[in-house]
Amino acid sequence: MTRWLQDNMPKIVLAPSFIAVMVFVYGFIAWTAWVSLTRSRLMPRYELDSFIQYERLADSPRFETAMVNLAIFGTLFIVIAMVLGLLLAILLDQKIRTEGAIRTIYLYPMALSMIVTGTAWKWILNPELGIEATVKGWGFANFEFNWLVDPDMAIYTVVLAAVWQSSGFVMALFLAGLRSVDEEIIKAAQVDGIPTWRVYSAIIIPSMAPIFLSAFIVLAHLAIKAFDLVIALTGGGPGYATDLPATYMYAMAFSRGDIGQAASSAMVMMLVVFTIVVPYLYSELRTKND
Amino acid sequence: MSPILEVKNLYKNYGATEVLKDINVSIEKGDFLVLVGPSGCGKSTLLNCIAGLEPITGGDMFIGGQNMTNVSPKDRDIAMVFQSYALYPTMTVAKNITFGMKVRGIDQATQDAKLKHVSTQLQIEPLLHRKPGQLSGGQRQRVAMGRALVRDPKLFLFDEPLSNLDAKLRVEMRTEIKALHQRLGASMVYVTHDQIEAMTLATKIVVMKGGIIQQIGTPAEIYNRPANLFVADFMGSPAMNLIPAKTKANGKGMQIEIARKDAGPIVLTDKRNTDLPENVIIGVRPEDIVDTALARTDDTQQADCLIDIVEPAGADTFAVMQLGGKHVTARLHAETTAAAGTVQRLAFDLGKVSYFEPETGLRLN
Amino acid sequence: MTDMSYAPTRTKSPTTKLVLRFILYILLGVFALFYLMPLFVMITTSLKSLDEIRTGDLVSLPREVTFDAWRTAWSGACTGIQCEGVRPYFLNSLLIAIPAVLISTIIGALNGYVVAQWKFKGANIFFALLLFGCFIPFQVVLLPMAIVLGKLGISGTIPGLIFVHVIYGLGFTTLFFRNYYVSIPSELTKAAKVDGAGFFRIFWSIFLPLSLPIIVVSVIWQFTQIWNDFLFGVSFSQAGTQPVTVALNNIVNSTTGVKEYNVDMAAAIIAALPTLLVYVVAGKYFIRGLTAGSVKG
Repeated sequence: MTRWLQDNMPKIVLAPSFIAVMVFVYGFIAWTAWVSLTRSRLMPRYELDSFIQYERLADSPRFETAMVNLAIFGTLFIVIAMVLGLLLAILLDQKIRTEGAIRTIYLYPMALSMIVTGTAWKWILNPELGIEATVKGWGFANFEFNWLVDPDMAIYTVVLAAVWQSSGFVMALFLAGLRSVDEEIIKAAQVDGIPTWRVYSAIIIPSMAPIFLSAFIVLAHLAIKAFDLVIALTGGGPGYATDLPATYMYAMAFSRGDIGQAASSAMVMMLVVFTIVVPYLYSELRTKND
Repeated sequence: MSPILEVKNLYKNYGATEVLKDINVSIEKGDFLVLVGPSGCGKSTLLNCIAGLEPITGGDMFIGGQNMTNVSPKDRDIAMVFQSYALYPTMTVAKNITFGMKVRGIDQATQDAKLKHVSTQLQIEPLLHRKPGQLSGGQRQRVAMGRALVRDPKLFLFDEPLSNLDAKLRVEMRTEIKALHQRLGASMVYVTHDQIEAMTLATKIVVMKGGIIQQIGTPAEIYNRPANLFVADFMGSPAMNLIPAKTKANGKGMQIEIARKDAGPIVLTDKRNTDLPENVIIGVRPEDIVDTALARTDDTQQADCLIDIVEPAGADTFAVMQLGGKHVTARLHAETTAAAGTVQRLAFDLGKVSYFEPETGLRLN
Repeated sequence: MTDMSYAPTRTKSPTTKLVLRFILYILLGVFALFYLMPLFVMITTSLKSLDEIRTGDLVSLPREVTFDAWRTAWSGACTGIQCEGVRPYFLNSLLIAIPAVLISTIIGALNGYVVAQWKFKGANIFFALLLFGCFIPFQVVLLPMAIVLGKLGISGTIPGLIFVHVIYGLGFTTLFFRNYYVSIPSELTKAAKVDGAGFFRIFWSIFLPLSLPIIVVSVIWQFTQIWNDFLFGVSFSQAGTQPVTVALNNIVNSTTGVKEYNVDMAAAIIAALPTLLVYVVAGKYFIRGLTAGSVKG
């Protein structure tokens, strides 16, 4: 091998991936951004026009529902998953004999496709034949649980299914974090006579701040992508009641043939992710680089 | 005969930072060169440049008379032993040692012969089928040396190889390395931050600080005639006493005045070193301040000193006092009568003293 | 384990401790039920006849176990016009996932090796760009990718999907390997260089033998991601090349005829089996993969 080839082999090996990322990630983002500024309909047009696509988004009641849903779903999902995950982690941290088995049980939903999750919960929450029917069968004749088909409540079924799927992961993260706290600090606290619950609230949990951040980032990311789950669980319905920007985008792109809207809604999603993820990545890379 | 290693006007930058500045050093075949200095002085970087693992920003590197400045490490005919031994974790000891030969396509028979020779030499034959994870620190060190020895190179490079060993093992391995050097007559370049290792192993020492060479010399030269304050303080344990003093010419020679706590100054006369500036720093090693009964030469002069602390250390007793505003250590005999708070008459051997200019830190005599 | 066994000065009475412990296990049990319930319901529903399902007791065990739903799900369910069951799509998912996992893992390993051990100016920038690419919502690349796949002539094909999954899986695999290789001391590479080994020789003889743990993590993570994917599957496939997740959704959401809930459940379980199996068998590697990029250090 010639000297030049030898010296530059690392760069040569990296080159294909580099080109791939530049084209298929950043190039594509640029394309979508460009198209979101045109009047594309069924086919993409490349003459830059104006912000009309974004104006149309702002005026669209369907997209407004989607964004509101994102806010509701996102907030509830993240908060509940974190709280539940933390609770489970603390419970599991108490020297349980069957810890391994229980952890496996809490975490397995993460291995499922969101389509499977959506399908399962769609059946469970089926108004006639699901939980409602079962509880009625137990004698509670007036029990109602038709959230799935109730336009006001449907979005909360998505929260339920998503929390079921992802809280195990949060638990795993937090459990690892709980266990990485310096033992000596805990012993010092106990010698000081501080009760267990206080040790958790005043010492352990605050020291886990970075992990809260990581969990938040991952959950936020999942929330923004939550396309599969909605499609399987509610199909975006009833009507548009559980629409999210992701389903809106898909509908515009492949059913409605409105590429301009698809591109602009995708860019809105991109922007939301950007504002959350970039500060986090920046701080991560600064500390990890050595 | 041309030197086995010649570093000429070497400069190295990392980005905008100058890490090595105008390094010039050369050694003959069979020399044991030690690069010593505090953390960050550039000694490891220099070693990596000699090895070709780091590119040079300016200057030239000659190994065995040939310009190797742009040659890759594998073609420089060198072998290297690393601080963490860097043994290949998934290979057996035997494979670790023969890996280099295998890469170069040397035939199996020669590989086996060389392996046998080296493993006998280092007494690692029983370990040949083990993996590095199953070896102790000292054993790993030997295997790392075996890997280097089997190359039969022009130059052996050692990057702080003993730093990861415990104190006792370190001393043992130090002796082994020295024995190896004498037995093979090999040329070695060795990096350490431990000045005792430097003094015991080297035929030539390079003291470095901040990327600049402070002094090159034999251990004796470095020890007895340090070129500046940094070298004087860094080499030797316990460190050389560096005492501020005032000088004045008097008929007999140079009068040295050292301030003394709660008393008038000590006045010594140096007949040899005349022509010193008014303010100097006088460097005198603890073993050159002794009980008057043990004064060796007639270059010694005596003075009364108030002892602050006495530290018995087995064969010697170290007495600490305050002179010139600094803590000064004297090495006294174990049976000395010196005690904390008493005044002791001590002899200063002016024949072994060094004078330094306070601002530049450079040696005056 | 945060060691709470050191007795604090305020000792609880043994009864209080026992009661608390009891409550703890009750809580854990309740949550276990919460997580297991859907799986239980899926399995029992899939083994019931439609009549029994219509009597509406979700959580009861089947009175009469029947595997008809499973047979239909596997080879007879309708995913649109075709009624071949889930089997051909299960095969599609295999054809997509296995090559994509292998290719993205190999490339990720080489990339991680370069970024971790062969430092040069661009390497860290590349890594940062790659890392950010992991976080983008894929909606933003759907449209241009559809166009490009069309132009390359692989739109709606299995190779097309493999291509897409490799490209967008590179970020994660590179991350895994880079984090793993970064903890291997650089002196090992230096020693190998002095020994005369070159770029690929060092990777093959030294790094690869060390990499089994991270290869397993990467493979499990990638397999789970790719097998469970729906977005790329539904956007870039056609009737014959759809992965099993798309087929499942079609079966469940098909509006023709009677809703066969037992078939739906059986199909869902079939779709979930591979990743579930991987999880049960190699769960701890799966968790390591999940937390690899998220937790520092």
